[in-house]
Amino acid sequence: MTWDQGLHKATTVLTGEQGTRELTYLEAIRAALRYEMQRDRRVLIMGEDIGVYGGAFKVTQGLIEEFGEDRVIDTPMTELAMLYAAIGMSFEGFLPVVEMQFADFISTGFDAIVQFAATNHFRWRQPVPITVRAPGGGGLRAGPFHSQSNEAWFVHTPGLKVVAPATPADAYGLLLSAIRDPNPVIYYETKYLYRSLKGMVPEGDAPVPIGQAALRRSGEELSIIAYGAMVQEALNAATELEREGHSVEVLDLRSLKPLDEAAILATARKTGKVLIVHEANRTCGVGGEVAAIIAERAFEYLDGPITRLAAPDTPVPYSPPLEDAYRPNAAKILAVARELLAY
Amino acid sequence: MKEIDDDLLQQAHYWMRLTRALDDRGTFLHKQSKIVGGYFSQIGHEALSVAAALNLGPGDIIAPMHRDLGAYLVRGLTPRRILAQWLGRETGVTRGRDANLHGMGDLSLGIIGFISHLPASTGVIAGVAHGIKLKGEPRVAMCFFGDGSASQGLAHEAMNWASVFKLPMVIICENNQYAYSTPLSRQMAIEHIAQRAAGYNMPGVIVDGNDFGAVYLAVKEAVARARAGGGPTFIECKTMRMRGHAIHDNMAYVPKELLLEWEARDPIMRIETELRARGLLDDEKLAALLARIEAELDEAQAFAEASPYPDPATVTDGVYA
Repeated sequence: MTWDQGLHKATTVLTGEQGTRELTYLEAIRAALRYEMQRDRRVLIMGEDIGVYGGAFKVTQGLIEEFGEDRVIDTPMTELAMLYAAIGMSFEGFLPVVEMQFADFISTGFDAIVQFAATNHFRWRQPVPITVRAPGGGGLRAGPFHSQSNEAWFVHTPGLKVVAPATPADAYGLLLSAIRDPNPVIYYETKYLYRSLKGMVPEGDAPVPIGQAALRRSGEELSIIAYGAMVQEALNAATELEREGHSVEVLDLRSLKPLDEAAILATARKTGKVLIVHEANRTCGVGGEVAAIIAERAFEYLDGPITRLAAPDTPVPYSPPLEDAYRPNAAKILAVARELLAY
Repeated sequence: MKEIDDDLLQQAHYWMRLTRALDDRGTFLHKQSKIVGGYFSQIGHEALSVAAALNLGPGDIIAPMHRDLGAYLVRGLTPRRILAQWLGRETGVTRGRDANLHGMGDLSLGIIGFISHLPASTGVIAGVAHGIKLKGEPRVAMCFFGDGSASQGLAHEAMNWASVFKLPMVIICENNQYAYSTPLSRQMAIEHIAQRAAGYNMPGVIVDGNDFGAVYLAVKEAVARARAGGGPTFIECKTMRMRGHAIHDNMAYVPKELLLEWEARDPIMRIETELRARGLLDDEKLAALLARIEAELDEAQAFAEASPYPDPATVTDGVYA
C-alpha cells in the first residue's frame, strides 16, 4: 500500500492520445526512466528508498533488479548532499535523475539547485545536466509537508528549466527531454494523477520538447490556462460549460520555464477572456507571470479581466473539508468561468 | 620538511612565491580600484594550497576555495586568466560573470569553480568521487573548506555520504581561526575539527598548515588511500588568516599577539629557511626568482589590462547550456 492507493476509486482514461500502450501516469514515468536507462548508460537514478523498496510511491519499482545498485542508488536521507552529488556526478559525465520523495522535501536541497546548478553554466560554462523529480500537489489528505506545489521557487530562478506534465504521454515524453537536456530540469510530477489517470503513451523515442504548451481543447469564448493536475479539472469544467452552450479553450502549459509565450498570447488573442488555474497558492505564482505576459502583449484583445484561480496563501491543510476548500477543482473553475463568460 | 626531496621543495617554493606575488598584485590592483568588489588575501595559506595540489595528477579533480590561489596555479590556471578574471575582463576564467576567485572552474584542468556557500564544494566533490568510483578509475577528488564551513550541515552530510559510499575523496579543512569575525570558540565546542571525522568512521588528520612538508605528506597518504579504494580522509590544516576576511576588513577583532605568533610561522619563511639550510637558496637566487615571477606577472597583467570588458549586449548569454 502506498500513499495514494485507495484514495482514487475512479480512474480517468484519456481518449485521443497518440500511443501504443495504455499506462497510468505513474507507469509512464517508470517507462521513461527504464527507456532512458536502457538507451544511455550515463543515466542513473538516486533517491531515498527508491531501490530495494521501489520508492515511496513505487515509481521506481523493479529498476534496481534490472539495472543494479550502481545505477539505482539508495541514498542516506540527505536531499542536499544527494543533489550536490548529482552535480558532481554530472561533471564525471553521468546524467543523474534524483528523486525527491515529496516535492516538499526539495527545500532541504535548495542551495544545490538554485545556487550551484542554476548558476554554473553562466559562471564557468560547465553544463549541469541533472533532472530532479519532484512529486508535488495535494488532494491526497497528506497535510502541509506532503502536498506542496512549490514550483514557483524554481520558475523564478534563472538557469533552471521547470516542467509539469498533465498526461501519461507527457509524463513520458517530458521526462525523456528532461534527462537529455544539458541544463538542470525540475520535473514536477503530480501525485494525484499517479494512479487516477490513464492514457495512451508512445513507446521508444518520443520526447516532448520543453517549452511547448499543448492545446487540449479548442474553443472561442474563454481560455483556461492550467498545468499539472488542474488540466483535467479544467477539461471537466469545459465539458460542463459546453453543455451550457459555451465554447471554451484549454491550454496545458506543460513547461513552466520556459513558458510558451506564443501559445499563451495566441489563446488570449483568440478568445479575449483568460482564466489561469493552478494548484499552487496565488501570490507570485506562475499565474501571475502568465497574466503579466498577456497584459503586456495582448491587452487590446481582452474582453474581460485576466483572472486567476489558485489556492489561497496558506500552508496546505490536512482535514478533508479544509483541503477541499484550499484546492482548486472543476466546480470552482466552473463558478469563476461562468462569471468571466458573463462579463 | 626533512623528508621532502630537493626538487619538490624548490618546485613548491616557486609556486608559493608565485602565489604570494600574484596575491600582492591583486591587493595593489584593488587599491588602484582596478579590481572592484571584494578581494581575499592568500597570506598564510600558500603552503597548504600548494602542498595539497602538488599531490594530484592530471585526471584528479579539485574544488579549491577563495584562499587557495596556490592550488589553482599548480593545476595550470595561468596568471593571465586569473588577472583577467579579477579585472572583470572577457578573457578571464568566467568572462566577467563571477568575481575574484569565485567560480574559477575549468574541468580541462580538473578544477571546479566554487560558490560562496563554501560547503557546496564538499557535496560536489563527493559526487565527483562517486562518479569516479562508479567508473572504477584510480582517480581522486579533493575539496577545500574552512572552520566556518565546518558548522554547516552540508559539510557533515557530504562527509557522511563520502564515508557511506567509501569514496576516493580527500577533504582539506583550512582552519584559519576566524570565519569573518567569528572566532573558533563561537564556531565549535571541540578543540580540533578533525575530531569529527571519527563520527564518519574516516581518518581525521591534524597538520601544521604552514609547514609545506607536513601538509604534503599528510595529503600524500590520503591520496594514496583514496586511489587504493580505502575511502575518504579528513585533513585539518591549522593555519591563520593573516589579513581581514576581505580587503575592507581591518580585523580589529583579532588579538595582535595571535598575529605575531603566526607571523613567526610564515609558510614562505619556513620553506626558505629549509632551502637555505640545504644550500639551495641564497639572497641572489631568491632575487632572481622574484624577478622572474614579477616579469611573468607583468606580462600577465598587461594581457589582462589589454583585454576587453565583456560586451554588455551579452549579459544574458550562457544562462543555459
